[in-house]
Amino acid sequence: MKEQHKNTKAKKYGMVIDLDKCTGCGACMAACMAENNVPFKKDESNKLDSITWMRVYSLTNGKKFPEADMCYIPRPCMHCEAHNGHAPCVSVCPAVATDYNHETGIVSQIYTRCFGCRYCMAACPYHARYFNWWDPVWPDGMEKYLSPNVSPRMRGVVEKCSFCFHRYQLAMNKAYVEGRRELEEDEYQTSCTQACPAGAIIFGDLNNPGHAVNQIAKPDPKHGGRPMNPHAFRLLERLGTNPKVYYLSSREWVRRAGDNYIKDEGKQGNH
Amino acid sequence: MKVCRRSFLSLIIGGAAGTALSPLPLKLMDDSSIWSQAWPWTPVPEDGEVSHVGSICTLCPGGCGITVRKVNDRAIKIEGMKGHPVNNGGICVLGLSGLQLLYGPTRVKTPLKRVGARGEGRWEKISWDEAIAEVVKKLGGLREKGKSHTVACISGTDRGTVAQLLGRFLTVYGSPNFIRIPSIQDSYELTMHLMQGVQASAGFDVENADFVLSFGSGLIEGWGSPVRMIKANSKWKERGKVVQIESRLSNTAAKADKWVPINPGTEAALALAIANVIIQKSLYNADFVKNYSSGFEEFKQMVLNEFSPDDVSGITGVSASTIESLAKSFAGSSKPLAVCGRGQGETPGSLNEFMAVHTLNALVGNIDKKGGVWTVPDPDYIKWPEVEMDRIAANGMSKARIDGAGSKRYPDTRYLLDRLPNAINSGKEYPVEALFVAGANPVYTIPDSKAVKEAFNKVPFVVSFSSYMDETAVNSDLILPNHVFLERYEDVPTPVGLQKPIIGLSKPVVKPLFNTKHLGDVILLMAKAFGGQIAKAFPWDSYEVCLKETLGNKWDKLINDGFWADSNFRPAVWGGAFHTPSRKFEFVNKGKAESIKIEGDEKAYPLILMPYDSMRLASGFIGDPPFVIKTVEDTVLKGKEIVVEVNPKSARGFREGDQAILSTPKGSVKVRVHHFNGIMPGLVALPRGLGHTAYDEYLADKGVNFNELIGPVEDPVSGLNAAWGIRAKLTRA
Repeated sequence: MKEQHKNTKAKKYGMVIDLDKCTGCGACMAACMAENNVPFKKDESNKLDSITWMRVYSLTNGKKFPEADMCYIPRPCMHCEAHNGHAPCVSVCPAVATDYNHETGIVSQIYTRCFGCRYCMAACPYHARYFNWWDPVWPDGMEKYLSPNVSPRMRGVVEKCSFCFHRYQLAMNKAYVEGRRELEEDEYQTSCTQACPAGAIIFGDLNNPGHAVNQIAKPDPKHGGRPMNPHAFRLLERLGTNPKVYYLSSREWVRRAGDNYIKDEGKQGNH
Repeated sequence: MKVCRRSFLSLIIGGAAGTALSPLPLKLMDDSSIWSQAWPWTPVPEDGEVSHVGSICTLCPGGCGITVRKVNDRAIKIEGMKGHPVNNGGICVLGLSGLQLLYGPTRVKTPLKRVGARGEGRWEKISWDEAIAEVVKKLGGLREKGKSHTVACISGTDRGTVAQLLGRFLTVYGSPNFIRIPSIQDSYELTMHLMQGVQASAGFDVENADFVLSFGSGLIEGWGSPVRMIKANSKWKERGKVVQIESRLSNTAAKADKWVPINPGTEAALALAIANVIIQKSLYNADFVKNYSSGFEEFKQMVLNEFSPDDVSGITGVSASTIESLAKSFAGSSKPLAVCGRGQGETPGSLNEFMAVHTLNALVGNIDKKGGVWTVPDPDYIKWPEVEMDRIAANGMSKARIDGAGSKRYPDTRYLLDRLPNAINSGKEYPVEALFVAGANPVYTIPDSKAVKEAFNKVPFVVSFSSYMDETAVNSDLILPNHVFLERYEDVPTPVGLQKPIIGLSKPVVKPLFNTKHLGDVILLMAKAFGGQIAKAFPWDSYEVCLKETLGNKWDKLINDGFWADSNFRPAVWGGAFHTPSRKFEFVNKGKAESIKIEGDEKAYPLILMPYDSMRLASGFIGDPPFVIKTVEDTVLKGKEIVVEVNPKSARGFREGDQAILSTPKGSVKVRVHHFNGIMPGLVALPRGLGHTAYDEYLADKGVNFNELIGPVEDPVSGLNAAWGIRAKLTRA
């Protein structure tokens, strides 16, 4: 693991997604695919092998007409800090192809190091990781739009959301050239945040009280980053993964669904 | 040494055993796997100088500003333009995927002439000179025979210089048959025309409304300018309320503060019952009603007599107490706004319903007020001299339109595309000898696909100006491909639903990739080839010259900022806003206008099929690019099969994921069943935007086109298509 920089404060980049505002329009998904050279196949309806770093799931409250209700929930990589960077995927990777960056709080994925054992996929409780079963193929001519900032992945490796880390690098390069060591909030934003027409995604440094993410989620450092905003929650909070993606919802059933992995789990008396 | 059979076999077997025991096979296997895996199949995108170009997206009528990131001469990514009055940085899923259309396999790369049978897909590449000569020869022949009026043109829009050039060409050539693609804009224009006496678009000051009463409009599903509406929805979350009246839990309904399920097709009755409560409790804007409206007393008597909440409750399934509370909260808000037009608004709808809903806006006096419905005039920058028609043109223009718009029966309607297939098939009017299609894909988007195809087959000469191999292009005789929006200049007047007039400018982001030509230039070339009065009507050397000249002093601002907004524009003042005979807002009183009857017999078809729209399915003339189709959920499309929603109560033994045959009077298709508790029992919902047969292999042959299952139902007042559903049944596959 990298040594922490002594002259800069450690960042903890994270996200707050307002589920009241999210309309499920899918712009974040396409913005991510366009930014990160995510490939596509002729049939993408089998969602198990459909690579979507950002995926919008829909939740229902399970009630009958007309009490039925529905909510969309965008799911990027949660960039779990767990305890001191021991994210579920990081701790199982035999190749150090995925690592927790203490400088930014971003969980990396190094494609050329990954040899495709997929332990990380099994370990990730959020299904945020995807395996390349095939080499990507772009139809004739479409390779022209590929971005040089993100390397296209080859068959046999795992990939996932990077919080558009290349944007961080580009922003830092620019800042260094200009003699700065710190970024402004708007200098580094992910592609999905920028595209979201609803303004439902907010991105920034959770450690920085001046950043909107910190003000909205109010993470409690004493309790593993648990949000102090009563409308905020994280997915599968009780697993202790300490994810850096917070969700907001005014609907109680949505907040409860965020931590209810197995239906009726508590009622059967098992843990 | 003698080589005998025995020693030969010993050598072969011994050699094979020896090799197998050596490390060679292992080494070769290792090498081949290293070789095959390290082979650079994955592309390495070239780095280079980064630049940004601002432009306007024209993939839908939303008119969003875009900023395209480029590396050298390659366009890398489309992003929303910060500071643009429509989308301010936001962008939708289709706009984000625009580069897949630019660089995609579905482009038409050169002018094509059909060689095989219609729709067979066998083409011959021809030059632009040949292509234009071909069109001019055909059109010239018709003109000589005095049949100029038998040429029709279907256009995606009638605004902006390109559409105006096209319309001008048709006029001076001598055909009255310029037809715009239908949408709720038609119904809203007609509503404004009949009630306010103006020829203008309806604009909605949604950002400032604090109570939005939506009669089935997919506010966040592509209604109006999609990104703008989603942004407004986020504003309403902070200060404002939304009530969605709809029979299905759409995304809009799920996001609304209140969802009011209603029996489909009874929206007009509900609007009038709300009017009943507002009038009875004197909650209306007395100043507006007294001083600026006419016909109120008759209207009042009508709603009080015929639309009491109790009676209407029986029709709509909405309880009388809900109707009362809706009326009270609507009239009690400071800036209430009532809107209609189902889903994305691609089907015009019943005029009766539009007027009933607009009446609510009038009762609370929010016409041309903050947070209300505004009259938006078209920006009047296109000031070309009147055309001078020769004798043939004047004769052609004097003929009645083939679609019946402007006829005695439908005097106020301007375009009736949905009536065209029937007009051609029935042969009651004159035949259509030639058809132009620009910025539209009618073979896919017009209801009753079978009739549409039949009509197309009856037209001997179809010319498509499409950039993509869409369904209409496939079924044409000649394709004259336009540049795609990222390769061309074009003015984009006020986006649909915006409350103030603005002009956007689409700019070439990259040089044209293929042998395509700007539609504007093609029109100028055709006109030149004709000579005479036709050429005289087009005095410009090129489209770019024409555009620059037309935009005049706005050009520089448009080039720099990407848009021009009229800073002096203010909404009309009530005193002078209305141009009806009474100079007042008119409560048009049609009495108990019959509601729109949908097609099909209830006994044979116990269910009602309705379409639904989604931001992730482009259902207009552009089909979903690969990124967008990838975002479609597996409860909508599974493999190649479309999934329909039914309430578990009306599933009749069909389990989740079962195959079924969905039949309507128009056709039968194979579907899969999805149980959805958010849909009213008795309904089946099918997503629009699937079932393409053309485009590329990422989109074609997936699911079913809703238009194969439904036909148009004529609105008695306007003639526009008012079908909101059709009777249907589900049977075992």
